[in-house]
Amino acid sequence: MSHDTLALVWFGLLGVLLIGYTILDGFDLGVGILHPIARSDRDRRVIMNSIGPIWDGNEVWLVTFGGAMFAAFPNAYATVFSGFYIAFMLLLFALILRAVSLEFRSKAEHKLWRGVWDTGFFASSLLAAVLFGVAGGNLMLGLPLDDRMVVRQSVFEQLGPYPVLVGVLTALLFTLHGAIYLYLKTEGELQQRVERWIWRAFGLFLVAYVLTTMFTLVKVPRAVQNFEHHPWLWVVPVLNVLAVANIPRAMFQRRPLYAFLSSCATIAALATLFAAAIFPNLVPSTLDPAWNLTIYNARSSHKTLGIMLTIALIGMPFVVAYSTIIHWVFRGKVRLDHASY
Amino acid sequence: MDVEVLSRLQFAGTVMFHYLFPPLTIGLGLVMVIIEGLWLRTRDESWKHAAQFWTKIFALNFALGVSTGIVMEFEFGTNWAAYSRFVGDVFGSALAAEGIFAFFLESGFLAVLVFGWDRVGPRMHFFSTLMVFLGSCFSAVWIVVANSWQQTPAGYHIVPTEVHGVPGLRAEVTDFWAMVFNPSSVDRLTHTLIGAMILGGFFVCSVSAWYLLRGRHQLFARRSFTIGLVVAAVFSVLALVSGHDQAEQVSRTQPAKLAAFEGHFQTGPAPLYLFGWPDEEAREVRHGLALPGMLSFLVHWDFDAPVTGLNAFPPEDRPRVWVPFQAYHLMVGLGTLFIALSVGTLPLLRHGRVFRTRWLLWVYVFMVLGAFAANHSGWVAAETGRQPWVVYPSVQEGVAMPGLRTSDGLSEAVTAEQVLASIVMFSLIYLLLFAVWIYVLNNKIQHGPDERASEPGAAPPGGGGFLVAAVERAAKAGSMTEAHGVAPAGGQP
Ligand code: HDD
Ligand code: HEM
Ligand code: HEM
Repeated sequence: MSHDTLALVWFGLLGVLLIGYTILDGFDLGVGILHPIARSDRDRRVIMNSIGPIWDGNEVWLVTFGGAMFAAFPNAYATVFSGFYIAFMLLLFALILRAVSLEFRSKAEHKLWRGVWDTGFFASSLLAAVLFGVAGGNLMLGLPLDDRMVVRQSVFEQLGPYPVLVGVLTALLFTLHGAIYLYLKTEGELQQRVERWIWRAFGLFLVAYVLTTMFTLVKVPRAVQNFEHHPWLWVVPVLNVLAVANIPRAMFQRRPLYAFLSSCATIAALATLFAAAIFPNLVPSTLDPAWNLTIYNARSSHKTLGIMLTIALIGMPFVVAYSTIIHWVFRGKVRLDHASY
Repeated sequence: MDVEVLSRLQFAGTVMFHYLFPPLTIGLGLVMVIIEGLWLRTRDESWKHAAQFWTKIFALNFALGVSTGIVMEFEFGTNWAAYSRFVGDVFGSALAAEGIFAFFLESGFLAVLVFGWDRVGPRMHFFSTLMVFLGSCFSAVWIVVANSWQQTPAGYHIVPTEVHGVPGLRAEVTDFWAMVFNPSSVDRLTHTLIGAMILGGFFVCSVSAWYLLRGRHQLFARRSFTIGLVVAAVFSVLALVSGHDQAEQVSRTQPAKLAAFEGHFQTGPAPLYLFGWPDEEAREVRHGLALPGMLSFLVHWDFDAPVTGLNAFPPEDRPRVWVPFQAYHLMVGLGTLFIALSVGTLPLLRHGRVFRTRWLLWVYVFMVLGAFAANHSGWVAAETGRQPWVVYPSVQEGVAMPGLRTSDGLSEAVTAEQVLASIVMFSLIYLLLFAVWIYVLNNKIQHGPDERASEPGAAPPGGGGFLVAAVERAAKAGSMTEAHGVAPAGGQP
């Protein structure tokens, strides 16, 4: 394969990792955001244990995404991670807090103890979800990237209205996704409460979705440029709208699994739209388009991209196999036993 | 303080905090594989309870290892952007391989290991334990390969790059396997894994010794102690062998580092210090106790052979001496102590004498701290001895390849205030985590293994007399095999 093709392939594979991560950890984060709706301690445990065995494996998608970006596009990895310094430190804070809240909560009976970790679980999930959106929003707008591939910007400048809107959209999308997931995993009274939350989250999401779409079309003309050259890309937004519309339909028909698949599809479509909007850039520059970091000037050598593709081709079947086994072992409604959180 | 000092502080602090957990994950993993294997073989429920107890501790440790590990992976990009651009082509693939081959394996089967007791059969459970253990070893493989490449780079060349007309340099892979099997990776991986097993062994001994001293969970504690002790003893001896190998390798590949380890300022025949206080101004080691000619002997098998001293390097290429010297000597000293202690204790296992030697049990309660310290000081020695380079210079096929200085690896975009802010954040959250970790760990240890089936506490009514007698017999006889023959018979619910 030529160097250019390999760079394209890796852009695609990073997209796959990103979609995998947002679908899988998306419902984990959503479940965390919804956690406070539980009233009794038992309900809280059910909610936490719905993701108990799998959240860690889901997070590995993010770790691998980071590693793959480092390896395939080192310049983009270096620029983005150092440019979003404070935001990423907050993200790390959130991810640490989430992990330990899950792990520690059930380790003592004390009310205050549980309260602290419950709050930690909710706040960290919300913060992480919003930050992912904010980062995405900033990349859509472009960053003040100079000719040395450096972004100098404070975290406050990164909290403009558009990125924050995308952050809210992401959080609501994950909440909706998490609610549908919880619906699949719970029963009885808790499940009914979750169902009400599906509707609320859906309503709020719809508002944010429409707003963001309008805002994007007005503020980010680049977003649709690629669509002019590749009209087939319009399939993605069409599918996106259909997937969104299918969520209430499936819920009405009492087919929650379809609703869940639809929310997965919604996430995948939005991530694809994001990729289509920035392609072939990884980091668009607002100072001078000539300074954009593209998949061509940020990439690794031909040889490395080839080696990595081999590694990915060998590794991916294993990853899919483990994930399938784990999700199969823990299928069905949440059951609390001595090993649960 | 400037960005460089702060970033180094932050990296050192976060990686040392991270490294509290991985070696325990790896070492406990081995112990759990052994214990579950015994359960499968004997179907003795008390082994199962032992496995479940260690699993809980393991899960706690794992969660902390995971959450602090993500920080490390991000930190290359956030704080060391120039370094990331320089090494990404080489280093990134090892990191990506770690994610794909190791982390998925670990975290996937961890779910079954921790939550799957009632969902899968014993065989599948054992398989999961084995996979988690293997996964944690694999992740050590890739990360240590990446780190070793920084120390002794191979299989690459340095090429000029140009993006937007700004020139730069970066390392590119020429030979993947030469990169993976660079001159130090196998040695260092072996040594790192051995260090982890030692920690696992001593950790298990520590908890068990404490139960023995309190007179609680006797059967469990004896069994676990025995396993831990054997693991610690075997790997302590191996650490000396592999450590020696490594010192020899360092003398070839990083002579400046070896000189710093031993406080060897002038090229010439070199002594081996047992301890000392290197004075960089005066260029000598004060208050030291030295075995003359010993370093020359260890490196060249000749007491008079000259060993390269720090004077052979231009001042700007020399590592500082004090920290690597002390860290290295602490590790070696502790390593020697571990051998003496653990091998010395082995004979006392006969007739359970060790279980009655209270002072020795107290030593074991605390020796786990020594094992943590040895692992940490090993890394500190290896990493500070690498300075001032973050990627060592090397010669590939006769061509000299420039290295990268630590001070040139920083992120241009990041200011000292930002780094300071993140250090404050990490300090607070890590202090909190540390406190909670100790608290929860202590809770778990206080609670102890679930003994419904293995000890008299939960004996079915009427069965108490027999059970008590059985356990007393086990306590008297003390040997594993006898105890093992007794408990399950009386203990099955
Ligand atoms: C000797 C082994 C070793 C060493 C030197 C390191 N780690 Fe580590 N790391 C592990 C061994 C390990 C481990 C045993 O695989 C984990 C999993 C659970 C644990 O406690 O540690 C881990 C977890 C872990 C995770 C989370 C994985 C997950 O989500 O499952 C990441 C991203 C890293 N590490 C990254 C790093 C980086 C970037 C390091 C270097 C600076 C590093 N580790 C040093
Ligand atoms: C887990 C055990 C490890 C420990 C305890 C450790 C310890 C340290 C310490 C103390 C420093 C600071 C040295 C100084 O500033 O003088 C450092 C720096 C560094 N280490 Fe490690 N290290 C470990 C593993 C690794 C691994 C596995 C890698 C890479 C894969 C790595 C890469 C680096 C880098 C990039 C720096 C930063 C630059 C520097 O200050 O030298 N380290 N480490
Ligand atoms: C008993 C004699 C020992 C000797 C002679 C020895 C020797 C060495 C040497 C020379 C290094 C530096 C390697 C380098 O910079 O590339 C090293 C590193 C290290 N040592 Fe030891 N060691 C001993 C015991 C131990 C023990 C008991 C432990 C842990 C329990 C340990 C853990 C480590 C670790 C974690 C490192 C850093 C990783 C690495 O570079 O491999 N060592 N050791």
